[in-house]
Amino acid sequence: MNTELLSIKNLNVSIEETLILQNLNFTVKENEIHVIMGPNGSGKSTLSKVLAGHPAYKIQKGDVSFCGKNLLRMPPEERSHNGLFLAFQYPLEISGVTNYDFLRIAYNEKQKFLKKPELDPIQFIELVQDLLKKLQIKNEFLTRNLNEGFSGGEKKRNEILQMLLLSPKLIILDEIDSGLDIDALKIICKEIKDSLPANSSLILITHYPRILEYLKPTKVHIMMEGTFTQTGGMELVNLLEKSGYQFAIN
Amino acid sequence: MESEKKNTQFEINKVISQQYKYGFTTPIERADFPAGLNEEIILEISKKRKEPSFLQSFRLRAYRKWRRMNSPSWANLNIPAIDYQKIRYYSAPRTKPKLDSLDQIDPEILKTFNQLGISLQEQKKLSNVAIDAIFDSISVGTTYKEKLAKYGVIFCSISDAIQYYPSLIKKYLGTVVSSGDNFFAALNSAVFTDGSFCYIPQNTACPLELSTYFRINDKESGQFERTLIIAEKNSSVSYLEGCTAPTFSENQLHAAIVELIALENAQIKYSTVQNWYAGDNTGIGGVYNFVTKRGLCAGKNAFISWTQVETGSSITWKYPSCLLLGKKSLGEFYSVALTNHYQQADTGAKMIHLGEKTASKILSKGISCGTSQNAYRGLVRVGSNANFARNFSQCDSFLVGSHSQASTYPYLDISNSTCVIEHEAKISKISEEQLFYLTQRGIAIEQAVGLLINGFCKEVMMKLPMEFAAEADKLLSLKLEGTVG
Repeated sequence: MNTELLSIKNLNVSIEETLILQNLNFTVKENEIHVIMGPNGSGKSTLSKVLAGHPAYKIQKGDVSFCGKNLLRMPPEERSHNGLFLAFQYPLEISGVTNYDFLRIAYNEKQKFLKKPELDPIQFIELVQDLLKKLQIKNEFLTRNLNEGFSGGEKKRNEILQMLLLSPKLIILDEIDSGLDIDALKIICKEIKDSLPANSSLILITHYPRILEYLKPTKVHIMMEGTFTQTGGMELVNLLEKSGYQFAIN
Repeated sequence: MESEKKNTQFEINKVISQQYKYGFTTPIERADFPAGLNEEIILEISKKRKEPSFLQSFRLRAYRKWRRMNSPSWANLNIPAIDYQKIRYYSAPRTKPKLDSLDQIDPEILKTFNQLGISLQEQKKLSNVAIDAIFDSISVGTTYKEKLAKYGVIFCSISDAIQYYPSLIKKYLGTVVSSGDNFFAALNSAVFTDGSFCYIPQNTACPLELSTYFRINDKESGQFERTLIIAEKNSSVSYLEGCTAPTFSENQLHAAIVELIALENAQIKYSTVQNWYAGDNTGIGGVYNFVTKRGLCAGKNAFISWTQVETGSSITWKYPSCLLLGKKSLGEFYSVALTNHYQQADTGAKMIHLGEKTASKILSKGISCGTSQNAYRGLVRVGSNANFARNFSQCDSFLVGSHSQASTYPYLDISNSTCVIEHEAKISKISEEQLFYLTQRGIAIEQAVGLLINGFCKEVMMKLPMEFAAEADKLLSLKLEGTVG
């Protein structure tokens, strides 16, 4: 039996008095790939942000435990240190901060948290260059400002680079496939599959079944109006392709 | 949600409100003048300093002009009325240091400078920086004098310059900022006591970074320093000033003048890291920093660059300027001004294009936190003879506090149609989404705010001399271990 990574029970979440997630129940165990699909505005991205600790959302009720700890009690950086990683749908641009500095600070903060030795700039460049090679990213990527002026594809690759660097336990990919061409999607999916840290799990938020050719889901969830209305296997995806979200309305 | 927001705000405030570390005072025996200002006091100052008569009359002329002038009220500042008769215009440690040996400096004062991280003892000096240290009204020591003398570079206190090089003083003092230029400049011209003097001879690149460290120690005395830098033909120099003051609940007045003169092909790079006491978090106390800084590019291809990092002072009124007279001369201004709590800053640059093909660049970064006010005010003037002049100005503001203010007042005064003038301005607010992104990657909020602010000012910080970049970074209260190259 695989152990439980994430357990969400009866979660209600609102933003500015509007209920976005309601009565959501969701369990992720180790070594699983979960796919969440749903129409725009159904709450998929909200779920990912709530899990990562975005301050704008208010938890009305419910419990979330992550690796046996109360996730909702932790500030965002602690969730990150404990192994939760969110690949952003729209990664933010930060001017004046080089990608290299950012990556090294993020890496060393985690090392510090785990009481492991921090890497100096030279040790770190060796580590990160290996990862760049894997992802087929050029070195000049590091000296540019964080995501500033990056193309859509470069931003997504940068998210995966960060993911590899932080070797998380639970990875949420929020529309990682949007803005990527087919070749880039292939590389990234292969890299995700090959480099997943032992026993880690994925939550894929997507609109397009194509990514599921590369990452075979354990379970597929259809989200409508802030809750899962259907949970099943690939057959749900096929149904969806045929008749749209119509079928998933209870 | 509200409480979460508040939480974030609270955290941010904690980050940007680190305690002022330079707020201590030094108990030393002082030789002070009584408070107040009149012609007698001015004559006394001049006499005490054994000044030549031209300087005495310079002071008196300035004083008489000042008496007829009013404190400027056009800035976006709320300046409480200042009683100029309550200020002490001369305050000095009683033991006057011998000019030829640093060993004879009052150990208490040496201790003060050591505490500030400025070591005056030869063996511990920064490796390639010569320092002049000013304590209240007088210079207490200049390092590396002999080494500089070998190159013909004069670097000393202005008091020494008045004694030893009166002809240079007579030739240049007050030529860039006249004694009646403005209210505070007139006051300074009447009562200035010390400051630094640099003279770089022809065809000489100054071999060291020159630096002056200003320290206000006394509660009631104002500091009126005067700095004069002359770069002869084909010479170059880089100069940095740093400032701190003790924590007092009263306000201290600091009204300085800096004059730069760059002759043909000469380059002067002037950097300031200003960290005067800013007042407490309710706005009590702090230094009034009313400064006139101006450089004259007198010759062809002359170059003057101002870089400032302004983090201290309760009120800052300061507009470093370049008079671009020489053909193809170039003026630059790079500024970071960070205000917090009740600090007010009205600062910017003036670029006066007088010669042909002169060029200037202004890059200003204002960061407003807490309930502070931060204004950029700049003037670009192109005279009728300045054919093909160019200017580029960029003024960016960054709002961190929810009650803070940022304003931009660019003035353009153009009398020549062949020039090219560009102006860009941008105001942004610290973004919750950016903070969320960084915290999701495991970077705690304090560090995330620091990264964002640091990124915002990076272009300017990179202009500082290497030796001081780290210090300036600390001043921005950003503890970004190892990220600053």
